[in-house]
Amino acid sequence: MKIARMLLAAIVAAVFLSPSGGNAAETLNGAGASFPYPLYSSWAFDYNKAFGIQLNYQSIGSGGGVKQIVSRTVDFGASDDPTTTDALAKDSLLQFPAVIGGVVPVVNVPGIKPGTLKLDSNTLCQIFMTGIRSWNDPAIAALNPGVKLPDSRIIVVHRSDGSGTTAIFTEYLATTCSEWKNKVGAGKAVAWPTGIGGKGNEGVASYVAKTEGGLGYVEFAYAKQNKMSHVLLKNQAGNFVEPSDATFRDAAASGNFDPAKHFHAWLVNAPGKNSWPIAGATFILLAKEKADVNKKVAKFFDWAFKNGDKQAEKLTYVPLPDALKAKVRDYWKKNGIY
Amino acid sequence: MTALLKGRSPIDLVFASMTALAAFTVCLIMLGVFVSLVRESSLSINKFGAFSFMFSSDWDPVKELFGAAASIFGTAVTTALALFFAVPIGIGIAVFVTEIAPDSLKGTIGAAIELLAAIPSIVYGMWGLFTLAPLMGKTVEPFMQKIFGGIPVVGHLFSGNTTGIDMFTSSVVLSIMVVPFIASVSRDSFNQTPSILKESAYGVGATRWEVIRDVVIPYSKRGVFGGAVLSLGRALGETMAVAFVLGNSKRISLSLFDAASTITVTLANEFTEADTDMYLSALYHLALILFTLSFITLAVAKFFINRKTEEHDR
Repeated sequence: MKIARMLLAAIVAAVFLSPSGGNAAETLNGAGASFPYPLYSSWAFDYNKAFGIQLNYQSIGSGGGVKQIVSRTVDFGASDDPTTTDALAKDSLLQFPAVIGGVVPVVNVPGIKPGTLKLDSNTLCQIFMTGIRSWNDPAIAALNPGVKLPDSRIIVVHRSDGSGTTAIFTEYLATTCSEWKNKVGAGKAVAWPTGIGGKGNEGVASYVAKTEGGLGYVEFAYAKQNKMSHVLLKNQAGNFVEPSDATFRDAAASGNFDPAKHFHAWLVNAPGKNSWPIAGATFILLAKEKADVNKKVAKFFDWAFKNGDKQAEKLTYVPLPDALKAKVRDYWKKNGIY
Repeated sequence: MTALLKGRSPIDLVFASMTALAAFTVCLIMLGVFVSLVRESSLSINKFGAFSFMFSSDWDPVKELFGAAASIFGTAVTTALALFFAVPIGIGIAVFVTEIAPDSLKGTIGAAIELLAAIPSIVYGMWGLFTLAPLMGKTVEPFMQKIFGGIPVVGHLFSGNTTGIDMFTSSVVLSIMVVPFIASVSRDSFNQTPSILKESAYGVGATRWEVIRDVVIPYSKRGVFGGAVLSLGRALGETMAVAFVLGNSKRISLSLFDAASTITVTLANEFTEADTDMYLSALYHLALILFTLSFITLAVAKFFINRKTEEHDR
């Protein structure tokens, strides 16, 4: 009995004394894409320190984020792929980009120095369509003159779980390769013609690293932090570029984000001279009618746009270009939430 | 119930109703899960058909064409293979622990088995991905390919690229996870063999092997079978351990060295990013199939266990 009473007292104390109970600080709730989660939580930490406003972000996946904002259970949703204007209108949502990320093909080719293998959209598409099966295929050799390519099988590694990374990568293949567009298409999960599936970036990375002849794709941040052997890709302008902050910035700058379409845009096959061809923005979704909450969310991202670029870079994200930030602010103003 | 409780004290009555309530809650939850699964999957049932969905091997989220055949196939193969490995090993462990091992070893081995059962499945998944899969892909599978690959028909089972992310590796992980169930249930039922039976057998000159084969195992058949069914249920529903090492590929392949998918692996991998209503509904449809499948398996097993009891009692 005594123990039970003590327990009760402890529970009562916990409920009344905990910061979340009773007179809680102001809280914003968001849910969605897992890709920007480390950045949003890092921004939220500093924002809370500065203004005492808490931002809870649950990384439950883009699909879940969209569902939750559609059913209005969170203050904002987050998605790795842009929602179309029609879908936004149907559920009366607003959308704006928050930060830029991208995808990097990574390889494990014996005898090739990391970061030197050159590929273009067509060879990449053919490899994933099983048209090219060996590393010394003439099509790859033509892009890499003077390099001795091994006669080993290409083992394709893709994501086994649905993912925004896959969405950006398949969007790139579908944009640049009509065969891919007609037979497979683009999405967070697709019917892969070949390859083995790894769960998460770490699953793909671990398989590429351990499998001779492996070729996979991972998030830029993941590839950079783990110093994976990336490839050089030929972009639309015809230059071979390497994935770096600069080439992602170039892609972001050349992106066609149109506020009238709620910024619906992919950053694949960007036309810039030094653009990395497989990039994409991650988006925030708001419920149109909740003006008060939206103002608070906009205020948070406005603060993050002004003060959060360094943190974004530290975590290997690419901040939005200033011109795009200005466009987003105009969009907020036009919708009465800024 | 009132008839049951006539003449009893009110405390008994309260106690009985509370336990009854607890028992009925289980049925209610079961029913609730079933109803919500059916409701959520109605979109998919209407489009693909409740049964034709099970025989279609399509799985194309982009074109929104879904079918469960590949996932059901993978579930069946990995579960069967896991039991194929685990049942003999589990029984072997139980025989050793109960009949052969010296007393000083019994406790240690028993504790080790129970510890094996306590490891969370996500840990098996990580271990499978980072340790077991490379070992299988680089050493074990090429070796097996060398031995069995040349045999006609059987060779097909061992063909293809050995990557370590495949049905074979998954079955091995699963079998390690279910061995403790089989072993501990079998051990308990072996222990229940009356020692008078065993001693009589020894008395008429039976060897230890003969006693185990002709007395202990026949006597505890039911318990061993029960253990196997328990592990069947676990293997059918296991998610995280295989999600990492099965590759979630929706192609039906006869080679054990190819990636595949089970129902739970599909759910774990694709649920979070299923962004269209049809996609989500198809995943619910898969869950409904697994629910029914597990229910039928356990019901059939229960039926056999009960029948065996009657035989045994006769």
